[in-house]
Amino acid sequence: MQVTAHIGFIVAAYGAGVVVVVALIAWVMLDYRLQRRILAELETKGISRRSARESADE
Amino acid sequence: MRISELANPSRFVRAANLVMPWLSGAAAIVFAFALYRAMLAPDDYQQGATVKIMFLHVPSAWLGMLCWALMTVAALGTLVWCHPLADVTAKAAAPLGAAFTLLCLVTGSLWGRPEWGTYWVWDARLTSELILFLLYLGVIALWRTVEDPSRAARAVAILTLVGAIDLPIIKFSVDWWNTLHQGASVLRVGGSTIDPTILIPLLLMTAAFTLLFVTLLLAAMRNEILRRRVRTLRLLQASVAG
Repeated sequence: MQVTAHIGFIVAAYGAGVVVVVALIAWVMLDYRLQRRILAELETKGISRRSARESADE
Repeated sequence: MRISELANPSRFVRAANLVMPWLSGAAAIVFAFALYRAMLAPDDYQQGATVKIMFLHVPSAWLGMLCWALMTVAALGTLVWCHPLADVTAKAAAPLGAAFTLLCLVTGSLWGRPEWGTYWVWDARLTSELILFLLYLGVIALWRTVEDPSRAARAVAILTLVGAIDLPIIKFSVDWWNTLHQGASVLRVGGSTIDPTILIPLLLMTAAFTLLFVTLLLAAMRNEILRRRVRTLRLLQASVAG
């Protein structure tokens, strides 16, 4: 790739791409952890879904 | 396992957990190869090195539209078939579509400044793409405004079906109106007008972004199913406490 006068625009575009992709990956990963943690907390309090209780009884 | 069995949210979560590591691995490998090919691609005879911005701009534009098309099918699934995963899909897809449409607008502006001499112009393609982004924001806001997920799903489904009118407008805006934005050069009658040295990295980047999108969508759908379980358990907790 030749170094051009427009290199700043190219770097900024790829920077924006990295920010969007990393933000989306972080969003799904952190949200998954959060939901799993809340579910675990509720289950330790003895609150569980009927289907989960039935499968535990079997 | 039949595809129809995935309509059960628990089975879907189990299947997603199995598939996602393979999908994310495939996305990473295709991304690495696509970026390598994009780096080696020659400068365009008119655009120079700024053609490399197209390797981000075109896939993000494609995903912004694909995501709304997927949400339109999901909207039909909600309103017509009451499919249990339809509104889960619609809710999970909206932030992804918004993000890729925003990336399309930003990279388009960064390409436009050196090539057109301006970051923005109110031509039909750019304006209809901006409307798509605003529609995504409207859908996300609607999900957050209505507390009951099934009521929110119906309202979002109607907005999604109305918003689908924007998809053909985006696609054909360059044919229907005199726009600064160039006409179709990849998907067109008579074949692509792009040289293979640039077309191949462009298609590879599109494949990589699409694999990433599918992986993120499955992950976001799994999260949404867990969020609904949390909501159900909290309602159960409240009813026991009451």
